[in-house]
Amino acid sequence: MSYDTLTFIWFVLLGVLLVGYSILDGFDLGVGILHPFVAKNDQERRLVMNSIGPLWDGNEVWLVTFGGALFAAFPVAYATVFSSFYLAFYLLLTCLIGRAVSLEFRSKVHSARWRNVWDIGFFLSSFTAAFLLGVAGGNVMAGMELGAKYHYEGSLLSQVYWYPLMVGCLTVSLFALHGGIFLYLKTEHDLQARLKRAITPLFYIFASLYCLVTLATWWHVPHATENISEYPVLWIVPILNALAVLNIPRAMHLGKPGYAFFSSAMVILALASLFSVAIFPNFMLSTIDPTYSVTLQNARSSAGTLQTMLIIAAIGLPCVLSYTVIIYWIFRGKVKLDPHSY
Amino acid sequence: MDVEILSRLQFAGTIMFHYLFPPLSIGLGLQLFLCELAYFRTREAAWEAAARFWTRVFAVNFAMGVATGIVMEFEFGTNWAAYSRFVGDVFGSALAAEGIFAFFLESGFLAVLVFGWDRVGPKMHLFSTLMVFLGSMFSAVWIVVANSWQQTPAGYHIVWHDVQGEMMPRAEVTDFWTMVFNPSSVDRLTHTLIGALVLGAFFVASVCSYYLLKRRHEDVSRRCLSIALPSALLFTLLAAATGHDSAQKLVETQPAKLAAMEAHFHSSDEPTGLTLFGWPDAKNETVHFEVKVPYLLSLMVFNDPTVPVPGMDKIPEDQRPPVWLPFQTFHLMVGLGTLMIGVAVVACWCWYRKSYSERPWLLWTVVFMPVAAMTANQAGWITAEVGRQPWIVYPSIQDGVEMMGLRTADGLSESVTAEQVLSSIILFGVIYSLLFAVWVFVLNNKIQHGPESGEELTEYKSKLKADSMSEKFSRTAKSFGGDMMEDGV
Repeated sequence: MSYDTLTFIWFVLLGVLLVGYSILDGFDLGVGILHPFVAKNDQERRLVMNSIGPLWDGNEVWLVTFGGALFAAFPVAYATVFSSFYLAFYLLLTCLIGRAVSLEFRSKVHSARWRNVWDIGFFLSSFTAAFLLGVAGGNVMAGMELGAKYHYEGSLLSQVYWYPLMVGCLTVSLFALHGGIFLYLKTEHDLQARLKRAITPLFYIFASLYCLVTLATWWHVPHATENISEYPVLWIVPILNALAVLNIPRAMHLGKPGYAFFSSAMVILALASLFSVAIFPNFMLSTIDPTYSVTLQNARSSAGTLQTMLIIAAIGLPCVLSYTVIIYWIFRGKVKLDPHSY
Repeated sequence: MDVEILSRLQFAGTIMFHYLFPPLSIGLGLQLFLCELAYFRTREAAWEAAARFWTRVFAVNFAMGVATGIVMEFEFGTNWAAYSRFVGDVFGSALAAEGIFAFFLESGFLAVLVFGWDRVGPKMHLFSTLMVFLGSMFSAVWIVVANSWQQTPAGYHIVWHDVQGEMMPRAEVTDFWTMVFNPSSVDRLTHTLIGALVLGAFFVASVCSYYLLKRRHEDVSRRCLSIALPSALLFTLLAAATGHDSAQKLVETQPAKLAAMEAHFHSSDEPTGLTLFGWPDAKNETVHFEVKVPYLLSLMVFNDPTVPVPGMDKIPEDQRPPVWLPFQTFHLMVGLGTLMIGVAVVACWCWYRKSYSERPWLLWTVVFMPVAAMTANQAGWITAEVGRQPWIVYPSIQDGVEMMGLRTADGLSESVTAEQVLSSIILFGVIYSLLFAVWVFVLNNKIQHGPESGEELTEYKSKLKADSMSEKFSRTAKSFGGDMMEDGV
């Protein structure tokens, strides 16, 4: 296999990990964002939290593995991206820690105040994590102030402006919608009815943001569409994306929430693919001078390492997928509380 | 303060805090698996009660390990970007292997372990426990491999890349398995894992001894002690053996670290003695209040009391590690290790004579042993990491060619400022202090609640059986599990 093919395969595999992460952790972040609004009492909150109880940890591993794979396959991109987003990443890490411990510790003490604190923590950390992921994505799309030898010359403030903030809002609304449909699938009775009422406005918020961000990208990030105009076959991605978006209210209306969940997963897949298509062949575009950009070519590992890693992935990924399926199968069905719940 | 000191402080702080949890997860994982195996073989409710109890303790600890571990994963990129570019080709693949081979395994089967007690059969549950334990071991394997490669690099060469007009070096793998099995991997791995198993054994022994002192949960405690005490003895002895092996290798691979650990400043042709206690003074190259045993260091390093051990003066001045810290932490580790062997021997002997529970002083000693084990693990880690300074990647010789190393000072992120690092230290200082308090609080809560008795568990399970499948899942059990179960509304 040629070095360039290997490089491209690893770009795609990283995309797979990112999509896996966004779809899986997307719904549990969404659950965290929605839970103070849809769950009215302690029992409902516990139901909501336990709907993701056995799953969120495994979902987050996709992000960890994405980090490891980026480190191994494109070390320069790993080093540059993470050091450029220094403070944003520490905030994200804070949120991920906050989520983990809010879930784990909330039910351990009988006290309304104790639980309120962790409820707020769970909401804030889920919301902020989703928002930060979007903001980071928006910045990467638009390009950043990358100087010579990959030294980032911007600051936290130059990362916070209208375009990434808009992408951040889009991500929050998408994850909330995705999480809402997931919760609808996992709950019953009053709680489920309340969720159904929440899904419609969530959908409209998401759909409007989706249109706005599409227009904004056209205007603010002209290079994002270059690859699509060069390879018209790629038009299939935005078309499928639009169809998946429209299918969500249709499936909900038809009383097929499973399809709606599948559709929102497809929306995430399509958006992540569009993101990859838009940035290819760069990881980070320099707004100072395009020759300073971090690209697939200058960021990759040696051919030997890419090859070894491919073998590791070929052995590992089928295992990962098989026990992911087993775990989701064991914990299928409506969520119930039992002595082992959070 | 400058970025280097701050970044090193930050890394040391976050990794030491993280390192409180994984060793306990690994060690407790084995004890949990053995309890469940005993239940699987005997089908006695008391064993199941024990396994359910340790699962609850395990889950709290595991969540902390995951939460703090995710920080480590990204810290290489945020704070050590230059280092990440230099070693990414090598170090990254070990990290990625950890993700794909270990993390998914642990996190997937942890769900079954914690939430699956009444959902899957005993066989599947036992299997899940084993998978979680193996997953946590694999995780340690890849991390220690990656770390060992930095200490004794092998299986790589240096390639110079043109980065926008300037040539920059990078380590690239030439032989994956030589990289994995570099000269110190196996020794360091076994020593680290056994350190974790010691901690787990003493942790279980400690909680159970506490129950015996308070005359609570005595049936479950005795059963667990019959596993924990012998394993504590076995693993403390193995820890001494593997530690000795690791130290012997150092004279060839990292003589500077060995000299620092022993505060051995001046080489001579005479046999070298072993300093038992002292206060090293690197400035004047001497050890105050020294208590030294002649010949012993030569004997321990070379298995021959007459061969002199090279001292710090053989190391060029700009490549010497600090001495005081590795010396003290190494001696602390060895001292605590010896203490733990002693306690394990006495405890096992009394257990064998059936007089264990009648000796409060012994029970109280065992109650505090996890602190010793935890301290020894941390101290050993500090020795290993501080002793390799100023190198983040040691220089080595590959096929007769001298390879360049990477100094810690050259591994930093160029674009990160001292203020940024300081703010992340403050942020994480606050979060980690809070976390630590909550962890101790919840862990104590669980331990105070303790396991169910065998009878309570049998009653709970007969209720489960009486219910139909749908009732089984919809029933909100109230009385059972205490800390786990909340009363609905």
